[in-house]
Amino acid sequence: MSIQAWTWVTVGVTFAAYLYIGYRSRVRSTKGFYVAGQGVPAIANGAATAADWMSAASFISMAGLISFMGFDGAVYLMGWTGGYVLLALLLAPFLRKFGQYTVPDFVGVRYYSQAARVVAAIAAIFVSFTYVAGQMAGVGVAFGRFLEIPFELGVAIGMVVVAFFAVLGGMKGITYTQVAQYCVLIFAYTVPAIAIALLLTGNPVPQLAMEEILPKLNAIQHDLGLSSYSNPFTGLSKLNVFAITLCLMAGTAGLPHVIVRFYTVKNVKAARWSAFWALLFIGILYTTAPAVAMFAKYHILQQFAELGPAIAEQSWMQNWAATGLVTIPEGGIQTADQLLEAINRDIIVLATPEIARLPAVVVALVAAGGLAAALSTASGLLLVISSALAHDIYGSVINPQASEKRRLFVGRAMIFLAVVVAGVLGVYPLGFVAEVVAFAFGLAAASFFPVIVLGIFWKRANKQGAIAGMSIGLVFTFVTIALMRAQNVIPGMDEPVLDHFLGVGAQGVGVIGMLLNFAVMIGVSLCTPDSPLSVRELVERVRYPNE
Amino acid sequence: MHVAKAYWRRQLRRTGLLLVVWAVAGFGCSILFVEQLNRISFGDMPFGFWMAQQGSIYVFILLIFLYALLSGRADRQATLEADTEEDTAPLPANEG
Repeated sequence: MSIQAWTWVTVGVTFAAYLYIGYRSRVRSTKGFYVAGQGVPAIANGAATAADWMSAASFISMAGLISFMGFDGAVYLMGWTGGYVLLALLLAPFLRKFGQYTVPDFVGVRYYSQAARVVAAIAAIFVSFTYVAGQMAGVGVAFGRFLEIPFELGVAIGMVVVAFFAVLGGMKGITYTQVAQYCVLIFAYTVPAIAIALLLTGNPVPQLAMEEILPKLNAIQHDLGLSSYSNPFTGLSKLNVFAITLCLMAGTAGLPHVIVRFYTVKNVKAARWSAFWALLFIGILYTTAPAVAMFAKYHILQQFAELGPAIAEQSWMQNWAATGLVTIPEGGIQTADQLLEAINRDIIVLATPEIARLPAVVVALVAAGGLAAALSTASGLLLVISSALAHDIYGSVINPQASEKRRLFVGRAMIFLAVVVAGVLGVYPLGFVAEVVAFAFGLAAASFFPVIVLGIFWKRANKQGAIAGMSIGLVFTFVTIALMRAQNVIPGMDEPVLDHFLGVGAQGVGVIGMLLNFAVMIGVSLCTPDSPLSVRELVERVRYPNE
Repeated sequence: MHVAKAYWRRQLRRTGLLLVVWAVAGFGCSILFVEQLNRISFGDMPFGFWMAQQGSIYVFILLIFLYALLSGRADRQATLEADTEEDTAPLPANEG
C-alpha cells in the first residue's frame, strides 16, 4: 500500500475513535461542560494535559528548530517542561482547592473585582485565539501534505471534528478525546525515532543513541565548516537563552488552557499527581525530540558530505521541493550553509522517516500524530475561549441570574462560534498569528502568572495592585513585542521599530513584563488598603488541602 | 490554628528547597555555567549540553514527583496532629 493509502487508514481510524469517544462523553450540566464534573482520574488528566499542551508546534516544528539551533534549542526543551515545576508547586493544587471553573474566576474572586475578572477573561481570549489559529492552520497543512486535500477543506474537516465533541461533551468530551490523542501522538512520535536510532546505532533508545551520534555529528559539522552542534550560544546570547527559557516557563504556568485542566480532577492530591503524570508524559516526547533533531541533522549532513551538490537530486529533496518547503537556490547547493538555508525547519519530523526509508505505515502514522497534536490543543483552547465568554463575561457580568440550562446553552453556542472563528483565522491568518509563541507566552507570563502566584502566596496582594500589575505587564509586553516584530504585526511597517529591550528579544521580553507586573503589584498593594477579611480567609482556605 | 500555621511553614520550606534545585538544574547547570560544565564528559557528551537537552527534564520530573509524595505525607500528618490537638480547631472544613 502507498503512503497516501496508509495515511487514509490511520487518519480515518483515529478520527472515528475521537468522534465515538466524544459521543460517549456528552454532558448535561455546566459542571460537566466546564470541568468534566471534577471526576477525572489523575493519570487520565496527566495524559489529557500532555496532549492539550503539546501542539502542532511541539510535534511538527520543535525537533526541526532544535536541529538547526543546536544547543540553543534547549530554550524550548527546558522552557516548555520547566514550567510544569512552577505549575505543580505554585499554582495547580491551590487553584484546585479554590475549585471554580476558570482562571478569570480565581482572579475575579481573589481580587474581589469584576473589572479584574473581565481583564483576565479578555487576556485569556486573546492568548487562546492567537494560539488556536496556528493549530487549525496546522490541521490544514497536514491534510494538504499527506492526503492532497485542499488546505481550506482540511481546516474545515478539523473544525467539524472538534466542534462535534467539544459542543456535545464540553470539557468531558475534550478530556477523553485528549487521552486518546495523547496515545496516538506519542506512538507516532516515538516509533520512527526508535526505528532510526536502531538503524543508526543499533540501540533502540533514542535518548541513549544520541550519545553515540553527537561526536560523529560534531565531527561532520567541523568538516563542513560549521561550528560544533553542542557549542552553546551560537545563535542566541546567553542573556536571551536565559530570558526565553524563563519566559516560556512562566508562560507555560500561566496559560489558561493548561491551568484549567487541574480544575477537572477530584481533589488537591489528584491535582499534584496529575502534574507529575503530565510532565512524565510530556517528557517522553521532549527527551526524544533532541535525539530526532540530531539524527536528522546527521542524516542530512552525511548525505551532503557524500554527494555534494548532487544531494539536490535525492528523491526526498525533490518531493519536498515540490511542496515549497525545500527551495533549491539558482546555482545549486554548494556549501553546507546553503543546504541548511534551503530546508524549511518544519519538514524535519515529517521527512525524517522518509529520509531514513522507513515503511509507509510508519510515515503515515506521523500524519495521524500531527493531527492529534493539533486537534487536542485546539479543543483545549476553544474551551477556554468559550468559558471566558459564556461563564466569565455572560454568566458572571452580563446575566448573573441565568438558569443552568441557559448557561449550558450559551456555553455550547460560544464553543461553536469559537470553532468557526478559529477556522477562519487558520485560513486567513492575521499578521500577529505568525508571532504566536512570542505573544502567547509573553502575555501569559506577564499577566496571569504573577497575579495567581501572589494571590496564593501573599495575602496582602489586593485589587488595586492586581489590576495595576496586570495592566502594566500586558501593555508593556504587547507593545514591545509589537514594536520588535513590527514587520509582521503592524500593517504598513517593513522593519522592526525596536531591536531589543535591554538586550532581550521579542521571545524573552515577557520576562521583563512579568518582573514589572510583580513590582507594580507589590508596590501598589502596599500603598492601598488591605483586602477584605473574607478574601484573606479564602487565601487561608486555599492553602490547606484537607479532604 | 497552630497546626495549620506549622503546616504552611513546612510547605513553604519544601517548595523553596525544590525550587532551588529547579533553578540550579535549569538555569545554573544548563545556561549560566554550561561552558565550564561542557569540559566534563558525560558518556560521550559534554555534561552542560546533556543537562540542557536531557538532564534538566529528568530533574523537573523528579521534582514534581517528590513534591506530590512529600506534600501527601505532610497532609496526612497534619490531619493526625489536628485530631490529637483538642483545644484548637482542625484544619478548616472541606469546601469542595
